[in-house]
Amino acid sequence: MYRIFKILIISLFLSTSSFAGSDGENELSKNQNGQVVDCFETINRGVFAFNEGLRKIVFEPLAKGYLYLPSPVRTGTSNLLNNLTNVVTIPNNLLQGDFKLAAKNTARFTVNTTIGILGIFDPASKLGLNDYDREDYGQTLGRWGFGEGCYLVLPVLGPSTARDTIASVASFSGGDAWYNITVRNDTHHVSDFDYYLSRGTRGVDFLAKNLGALDNLEENSIDFYASVKSLYLQERRKQIANADEITETFDDSDWEEIETQ
Amino acid sequence: MKFLKSIFFIVLVSITLNSSVAKEPSEFISEITDTASDILKQNISIEEKAEKLIIIAEETVDIDGIGLYSLGKHRKVINKEQLIKYKSIFRKYFLKSFSSRLSQYSDPKINVLSQNVINEKYTIVSSILVETSERPEIKIDWRVYTKNPENPLIRDLIIEGLSLARTQKEEFNSVIQGANGDVNALFKNLENFNSK
Repeated sequence: MYRIFKILIISLFLSTSSFAGSDGENELSKNQNGQVVDCFETINRGVFAFNEGLRKIVFEPLAKGYLYLPSPVRTGTSNLLNNLTNVVTIPNNLLQGDFKLAAKNTARFTVNTTIGILGIFDPASKLGLNDYDREDYGQTLGRWGFGEGCYLVLPVLGPSTARDTIASVASFSGGDAWYNITVRNDTHHVSDFDYYLSRGTRGVDFLAKNLGALDNLEENSIDFYASVKSLYLQERRKQIANADEITETFDDSDWEEIETQ
Repeated sequence: MKFLKSIFFIVLVSITLNSSVAKEPSEFISEITDTASDILKQNISIEEKAEKLIIIAEETVDIDGIGLYSLGKHRKVINKEQLIKYKSIFRKYFLKSFSSRLSQYSDPKINVLSQNVINEKYTIVSSILVETSERPEIKIDWRVYTKNPENPLIRDLIIEGLSLARTQKEEFNSVIQGANGDVNALFKNLENFNSK
């Protein structure tokens, strides 16, 4: 276990040093150009197959059942889980030096937790506190210039990178207030079960929203593992750059070479 | 003679007009999405919808360009014969995969919002797939190849910031790398997909 952790750390720093000399955030992400090394591909593919089995046998039936719930119940659940992510987003806004956004998200969290009854409703959006983007410690490391390191597939949790896995240690070491009051400390109000229930429900909620899309992708892929990996890495780059346009995060030169007219 | 002259003049004007009118990329995408939406709304079988969508794709998508892009660095090492074979297999693969992905939607409504000219060869057209009770609003950007402004072609679809062409390129690369750089492994996989 210690050896794997050591490899993760080394792979992370190796990828960081290779980007030294870049002079800007978008430049940094453009230079990476999708080339993340799959150091443990055989193991990753095995874990991916296991996760896929789990998805089809356990999570997909749950997601299909979840879709039978009335739409307001699903929206309320989704809102509540989203509201909870603010406890990780706000510290990361601060770590990234985005103080204005931290203030906005704090206001949003306060309004939705109180008036919105723990976040089931989203009155903050109606007050103009909308366009919420989640942040985590992996994104913060990315903003600070750390490269992804090796690509990883974690059991149950799915795609990740060395950087994101290492960053998640911060969440379990006091950086996630929800984890602190459920798992780390016994508050007598909420327990471990509430934490794992919230994580599980978030997974089911995500799957329910993407059921058709995932099946469609699998059906039309010649290498589903590679497709999921590519989509995950693209999504993370976009989140880290806080970009709306793909052209802001990826190098376009390959397109420029192709002439068909 | 006067009649012939008039005919000649009308033909000349119409040719000149047709050849000089460059289509705005946003207008081009609007036309395509409206036509595709009309097809998907029709009360016909999925196979019939797929056939009609394929006709649109062949006219409006730069399938050869996407194929070359998807090959990535490997396009520089394959020989002429392999390239001809690849283009043919890829075209079948693309059309099958494209129609299969799209024909499962019924009555999609796409609103074109804006366009952003990147350079003389590319314009990104932004649009949204309007939300329904089953799915949220989805942002779709179209990479339009405008080297010949009179005949713009779609080269990529970027859904919520995720590029389909890039995903495909990385998928193809994974297959080739998995076979120690042998592009024939990709051809075999594509042929298997086409014969399904």
